[in-house]
Amino acid sequence: MKLREIAHCRAGDKGNTLNISVIAHDERDFRLLQDQVTVERVRGAYGALVKGKIDRYELPNIGALNFVLHDALAGGVTTSLSSDPHGKSFSAIMVAIDLPEPEVVYGRKINNE
Amino acid sequence: MPASSQSKIRIGCGAGYAGDRWEPALECVERGDIGYLVYETLAERTIALGQLEKLRDPARGYNPMLEARLRLTLKPALARKIRIVSNMGAANPLAAGEAVLRVARELGIAKLKVAVVLGDDVTDLVRNTDAPLMENGEPLETIKPMMVSANAYLGADAVAAALATGADVVITGRVADPSLFVGCMLDGLRWRDDDYARLGQATVAGHLMECAGQVTGGYFADPGFKDVANLARLGFPICEMHADGAAFITKPEGSGGAVTLATCKEQLLYEVHDPVRYVTPDCVADFSGVKFSESAHDHVAFSGGRATPRTATYKVSVGYRAGYVGEGHMAYAGPGALNRARLAGDIVRERLALRNIKLDELRVDLIGHSSLHSDVSRSDNAEPYEIRLRVSGRAQNKWDAAAVGEEVQTLYTNGPYGGASDFMQVKEVVGVRSILLDRSLVKTEVRMLSL
Repeated sequence: MKLREIAHCRAGDKGNTLNISVIAHDERDFRLLQDQVTVERVRGAYGALVKGKIDRYELPNIGALNFVLHDALAGGVTTSLSSDPHGKSFSAIMVAIDLPEPEVVYGRKINNE
Repeated sequence: MPASSQSKIRIGCGAGYAGDRWEPALECVERGDIGYLVYETLAERTIALGQLEKLRDPARGYNPMLEARLRLTLKPALARKIRIVSNMGAANPLAAGEAVLRVARELGIAKLKVAVVLGDDVTDLVRNTDAPLMENGEPLETIKPMMVSANAYLGADAVAAALATGADVVITGRVADPSLFVGCMLDGLRWRDDDYARLGQATVAGHLMECAGQVTGGYFADPGFKDVANLARLGFPICEMHADGAAFITKPEGSGGAVTLATCKEQLLYEVHDPVRYVTPDCVADFSGVKFSESAHDHVAFSGGRATPRTATYKVSVGYRAGYVGEGHMAYAGPGALNRARLAGDIVRERLALRNIKLDELRVDLIGHSSLHSDVSRSDNAEPYEIRLRVSGRAQNKWDAAAVGEEVQTLYTNGPYGGASDFMQVKEVVGVRSILLDRSLVKTEVRMLSL
């Protein structure tokens, strides 16, 4: 299952640091996010794009996790040579993360295109 | 003029960045039943770029869209007693204030009070200061010789003081984005600037509002998974805040987009690190108790924003000249496009070295293949039909930076077959670093201009 089916994400920049939220479509799936969307799994997905540490914060009040990826914007928004200096497109890596098929899921979205 | 405190106020957001769309602000004015219209237009380095412009022409350095935006909304706002608050002053708030008066005269407005907030420009002060850079811990001295600007992020108290003059329009330079909105709340609801229970909620409100369309369905749509109705007509947000802290986000009736639990949650965490320590000049806000509820269609209430006292320092953005960036593109299509683009990239690298071009950094991207995420997310080797080579390099001088684009362009007759659609540019780079400055050193002031 892709993370995208149970959660949505937004990327935000500050200097050379990027944050990416992971928000359950249904707040009851927060536990699933907590268990499955680990720092290790996120590091695996971003690989060499993230050079620094990764912090994970939990927000059970809105059924969300917030990941802070340090040293992830090629030196920082204002001087980076990247064509995406803000890392605006980086949330797309998060939503593509593969998760093990869960036993119970409340807010699953299937592509209806 | 807000002679007495009100039980609730409504604030509309007219722009969330310097180049934002025009017409949603008018929609907020005409159909939003608002008392304040806030234009937030300053990104991290906007002021530094404005400062360079001001050096060339002392009458410039403020947001170049200020006049056009106000031609659209000033008259209808005045007719409805809506007060306009904006950081479009950028590097030159006084000149921006004069520009507001010029627009008013042009529109035949007879009476207008403009309050200009000064004091965020701390360039002279910072010249005689040393402090570690927040980004890398190195001393400020390392960028001082190249420094072009230093601006403190002022808080809601400065905005509220300007509104307290009864001004129709408030123009500022650097003010923290949420504080533009919090300042309106302090003014309209007569909240004290040390009432931290209120400041917590106010800061949540300001943070949700500061990026305009990002809370009403912008930066959100993902067809099939997250559909947004009528995104082309995306409306900008309105916040209704009550004196007791009850609050909700909505948007003008009939506008496009959507205000939902999902759009609000995404914006709550936008550019947030530790959610229990969101530092602004007004307070240290805590988002961990925030709850949203969808009370009606396009109407999301929020509660639980908390805060602890503000820190003893202001964050200061320091802009400095960081050399030049040169860039060149060339596109390839059809069979073998990827290999031809790769070959072309290698050739450019070698020719720049042959010419002894001095670059601090050189980057070769294959747009359509690996330019945004490098190779980390590719699980297949399917070759795209088109590939666009992009080579960029940073140099200390313009000549060396320009060579990057030149050596991409020469690929036409000196590279693989079928190169097309070339593009090149050279830009001066203004970098931004941050320091903390003791609050007591920063003196703010409100200057009145009027017709």
